[in-house]
Amino acid sequence: ATPDPLITEVQPWASGLGDGVDASPYGLPIQYEGDVVRRNVEWLTADTISSINFTPIHALDGTITPQGCAFERHHSGAIDLKKDDYRLMINGMVDRPLVFSYADLERFPRENHVYFCECAANTGMEWAGAQLNGAQFTHGMIHNMEYTGVPLRTLLEEAGYDTAGKWVYVEGADASSNGRSIPMEKALDDVLIAFKANGEALRKEHGYPVRLVVPGWEGNMWVKWIRRIEVTDAPVESREETSKYTDVLENGIARKWTWEMDAKSVVTSPSPQAPITHGKGPLVITGLAWSGRGAIKRVDVSKDGGKTWETARLAKPGEKMALTRFYLDTNWDGDEMMLQSRAMDDTGYVQPTKTQLREVRGLNSIYHNNCIQTWLVRANGEAENVEVS
Amino acid sequence: DTFGLGRTALPEEIAAWDKDVRPDGTGLPDGSGDVLTGEEVFADQCAVCHGDFAEGVDNWPKLAGGAGTLADEDPLKTVGSYWPYLSTAWDYVNRSMPFGNAQTLDADEVYAIVAYILYSNDLVDEDFVLSNETFADVELPNHDGFILDNRLETEHSKWVGEPCMENCKEDVKVTMRAMVLDVTPDEGKDEPAPAMVEDAPVVEETKVEEAPVEEVVALDPELVAAGAKVFKKCKACHQVGDGAKNKTGPVLNGIIGQAAGAVEGFKYSKALKAKAEGGLVWTDETLAEFLRKPKAFMKGTKMSFAGLKKEKDLAAITAYLTSLGN
Repeated sequence: ATPDPLITEVQPWASGLGDGVDASPYGLPIQYEGDVVRRNVEWLTADTISSINFTPIHALDGTITPQGCAFERHHSGAIDLKKDDYRLMINGMVDRPLVFSYADLERFPRENHVYFCECAANTGMEWAGAQLNGAQFTHGMIHNMEYTGVPLRTLLEEAGYDTAGKWVYVEGADASSNGRSIPMEKALDDVLIAFKANGEALRKEHGYPVRLVVPGWEGNMWVKWIRRIEVTDAPVESREETSKYTDVLENGIARKWTWEMDAKSVVTSPSPQAPITHGKGPLVITGLAWSGRGAIKRVDVSKDGGKTWETARLAKPGEKMALTRFYLDTNWDGDEMMLQSRAMDDTGYVQPTKTQLREVRGLNSIYHNNCIQTWLVRANGEAENVEVS
Repeated sequence: DTFGLGRTALPEEIAAWDKDVRPDGTGLPDGSGDVLTGEEVFADQCAVCHGDFAEGVDNWPKLAGGAGTLADEDPLKTVGSYWPYLSTAWDYVNRSMPFGNAQTLDADEVYAIVAYILYSNDLVDEDFVLSNETFADVELPNHDGFILDNRLETEHSKWVGEPCMENCKEDVKVTMRAMVLDVTPDEGKDEPAPAMVEDAPVVEETKVEEAPVEEVVALDPELVAAGAKVFKKCKACHQVGDGAKNKTGPVLNGIIGQAAGAVEGFKYSKALKAKAEGGLVWTDETLAEFLRKPKAFMKGTKMSFAGLKKEKDLAAITAYLTSLGN
């Protein structure tokens, strides 16, 4: 064999000097990782101001999504709102209607929790058939962060909420307002008024300075730039919870209040944007699993389109309403594979096939598509999005 | 028991923010608007995206039509065919529309617009007047078209238990491939090359056009900043800056000093083309005149924009557009 010049010859980086500190006071990924970015699908929406882009899940590992590549969804654009200009109002059925400043929020006892946020439309373009070629595009409307914030319960108690108030209506400061009604039971349970994610301030595109975190429930309810919480005796039936984020069944009747995100998983690598480049031999198959109803208990992987399954290794035991990383450390024989993953949560629910979902819901639901995904991995290592019988 | 944090919300503050309207009309302000007034307001404020007949332009939402399509293969979900409550339409128009200029309509205008949307869905006659009093008379056709989430009963009870691990299927075949559709965006892996090609001419242009650069320096930065704010009203249709593309309206980089109708790849109205042939050039003055009252300046323009009433907004917007250069 020929000796590797990268080893036998002194390389410039081993002889000269690198950057000093402060070369980049707030660091960005090195240039070689420049393709690990959010991407949108231009034909999906009329304009990027009211649109969505996708997390590059095919290129990430672990479970925490860096804020800079966590998907964005805006209805009237990402607004610029200073902490000094921020106000949060609680009104309606309360003893004391209150206004909090940002500084006020930082004086309440706060908590840290890791949760996934998934847009209800994630995988929505795949109802009628395999359409987008990449895990980023089929499953990238999701991110998973560690949030720091104040339980909504604390603020409701501060205002003295009326126990006859069965709902809270939450709205944002942006032009869309994106109002949603949330049952009081959930509001008192685990909803957070969050101002930090992964240890630092929220990014503008994720609702700086303050957003709502509604664990396990569809992303649309995680109101960004949250400015008002109204305790009410009935839901408002806003645009976001009637004309959007409702699920039309085959007979034309639509389900509403479909808040929880069902258990779901996807193989992130290999996948169309992350082909196998090393040929046969040891291969790490990996992916993500999550459930809005609890913790992931188990993930199975199939290499033959669902004929036989192997149980994957969870990187860590599943945590409630958070992403779980799974690995199947395998030996690839170089043959074609039809890769699938199947998640199970601690309610005993097993992620369904697309056929099972279609039998109940038809093709027009758009939202809440949590079907098993298939990647056809060819002998050359390239993968594509397919549907199988 | 409490922390004593925050301060009392004043009644005026609550009134300013608590604007949501319930299905039964709770929260509606006094006011009224008729279909014909609505048609005019709609043409000025909404038609640019939603079409003159609420039929939707490009990918913007269609607000009318679709009756009876909900069980079809590709249902058309509009206010008329899908929305269960009229309150939702009123509330949304009132708080979030027009896109890029929200909360500028008065209550009567909102009533009029919503009356026109009902009319365009064949749900009311042209002499209909919508008001806080007639509101309760209107029931939308799909009022009863919704059920509460029943996934626990219809799905979860079926999809639990120990899943199959071996011999789960006899045969597996690929039945559909995403590659056939070819709708996936390019990855950008081969983008560096085209980007460099694009870079070259940009550099040349800045060298050649030194004069405009000086002009930019002479602009009042405060006026330009004010113009950037005014421009939010235009952003729904017009893009500017690096990577701007023609959308509902043309790219506006370098528009000041440019001949009218000259943005490559944009389909202009006949009215604008006629003006362009007549030698119209966009200067501070001509553009201000156009933006003051677009339809008066150019009868038949595609630009459904009511116009900027304030002279200082007009001065600001032209300063901002001048600052963009090319």
